[in-house]
Amino acid sequence: MASTAVGRKPQSRARTVNWRRRLGSLVLPGYTHLVMLWLFAPIIVMVIFGFNDTHGRLNLVWTGFTLKWFADPFGVTALTDAVVTSLVTATIGAFISTVLGTMIALASHRYAFRGKALLDAVMVMNIAASEVVMGAGLLTLFIAGNVPLGAVTIVLAQVMFSIPFVAITVRARLVGFDNSLEEAAQDLGASPLTTFMLVTLPIIFPGVLAAALLAFALCLDDYVITSFVSGNTLTFPLWVYGATRLGVPPQVNVIGTFIFLAGALLAISFAVIRSWRNRQLARESAL
Amino acid sequence: MAVGARAPRQPALRSRLGRALAPYLLILPGSGWLLLFFLLPIVTLAITSLESGDFINGFNFTWNFGNYSGGLSLYSTQFLHAIEFGGTATLVALVVSYPAGYWIAFHAGPRKSAYLLAVLLPFFVSFVIRTLSWGMLLTDNGPLFGPLKSAHLLPLDFHVLATPVAVTAGLAYTFFPFMLLPVYASLEKIDRGLVEAAQDLFASKFEVFRRVIFPLSVPGVFAGILLTGIPAVADYVNQDLLGGVGTTMVGRVIETQFQVNINYPLAASLAFIFMLGLLATLILYQRIFGTEQIMGD
Repeated sequence: MASTAVGRKPQSRARTVNWRRRLGSLVLPGYTHLVMLWLFAPIIVMVIFGFNDTHGRLNLVWTGFTLKWFADPFGVTALTDAVVTSLVTATIGAFISTVLGTMIALASHRYAFRGKALLDAVMVMNIAASEVVMGAGLLTLFIAGNVPLGAVTIVLAQVMFSIPFVAITVRARLVGFDNSLEEAAQDLGASPLTTFMLVTLPIIFPGVLAAALLAFALCLDDYVITSFVSGNTLTFPLWVYGATRLGVPPQVNVIGTFIFLAGALLAISFAVIRSWRNRQLARESAL
Repeated sequence: MAVGARAPRQPALRSRLGRALAPYLLILPGSGWLLLFFLLPIVTLAITSLESGDFINGFNFTWNFGNYSGGLSLYSTQFLHAIEFGGTATLVALVVSYPAGYWIAFHAGPRKSAYLLAVLLPFFVSFVIRTLSWGMLLTDNGPLFGPLKSAHLLPLDFHVLATPVAVTAGLAYTFFPFMLLPVYASLEKIDRGLVEAAQDLFASKFEVFRRVIFPLSVPGVFAGILLTGIPAVADYVNQDLLGGVGTTMVGRVIETQFQVNINYPLAASLAFIFMLGLLATLILYQRIFGTEQIMGD
């Protein structure tokens, strides 16, 4: 009798410890998923209110389900114009900054040159600098130079803040790049341009593409710097910001949902392709 | 023979010259762009900040340091607001992101990159729209507080919008990935062997965290504080869309003085003070934390 009682005690204690440990192991994952929910909360609100049957421009209270805004996403002309301006400036900005940033990345990967440390420092400063200061500075420059504000100055500014991000992204991809491949091509008589197009670019292309997408996203979403140098030209974020005074039409939610879906689709397919490639590379090296 | 001897030498000379020039040719357009549109604007900003005059009669450079003293005394509250809200938001982002980053780095297993992707996905939506959505969620009778109020769980006059709490929470939300990603990266890099060694030496879970994991994650924490703090202090979108009359931050003042009041010298001097303050903080930060000693005990 006594011995069984003694034998049972530690067992039940072990069970409570086990139970507590299991509860404890749920706290952190539960918390992490709550954080995820917090991150997605405004996105969920945005998507839901794109289906809201509002009348007029105020879209604050749920008044019923409708698909009419999705049927007519471009019904607000000024908004559509702003979206087009955004897409055009961001495409040009991303293209220029990708070319210039990739050139910097290639130079600093391949050569040791005077001023390299200085250039790196300037790029770090650019990334760390406050947007308000950069925007204000650019505005004083354009005022001093009598440069008319508009789409051109928007692109000038967007390329400026995208170059360092491109250079860093592409350089990360270049780490481990085998220089002897280029030398081999040159030994076989390829011109530098041919070497770049046929050897270097295909190898670094995933990095360049990632950098271009990053630059495009940065340009598309920029509010602060763009608002300083835009003059009367409106981009998508600027138009939405201005519309807050009068009420934001549901088309903003619809277009926001489209942009979100496009970005999410791109990012997910990128991630899937990368993990698939990694797995294939691992399999090849195992063979 | 003579032709054969000359032919290989010429390309060799050309390629040697090309190799010496190549890096400069490659960086020329990009660094030129940065020089013109990143560094030069700082100079014109400094010049503008020392001008006097007004929009109608024009501005003239007069070494007018009065803009600085005037700007500081006029807008000291807004400078303090920026430090207060931005600093608190950075702290909130750190406290919220650390446990999540820890769990993803140590326990999410093969789904690690999926979680990271999920953290980044919301940021494909323009941050102006995200902030607006928060404004809708936090309205006095909105989807969050409306039900709680009708259930009498909150007093009827309870509100968050237009308070410093709303601004701080909005800032913490907006710049959250800039905190989570570096924190996660530093945790992910930690050699699991060190953790196991500590466990083998009978360190409790808490001791393992306090003496091994946390000290090794400190660089990520510091990087996160910088990446979150700098934009959070300067932001004025959150303050404008979520805050009220009493929550104005200095970024908003700079923007208004430029765009609405067209007082370029005052606006430029405020921006310059702000930049110098940030620089001073950075240098101090590096002096205090930048050494390796912080890694030890």
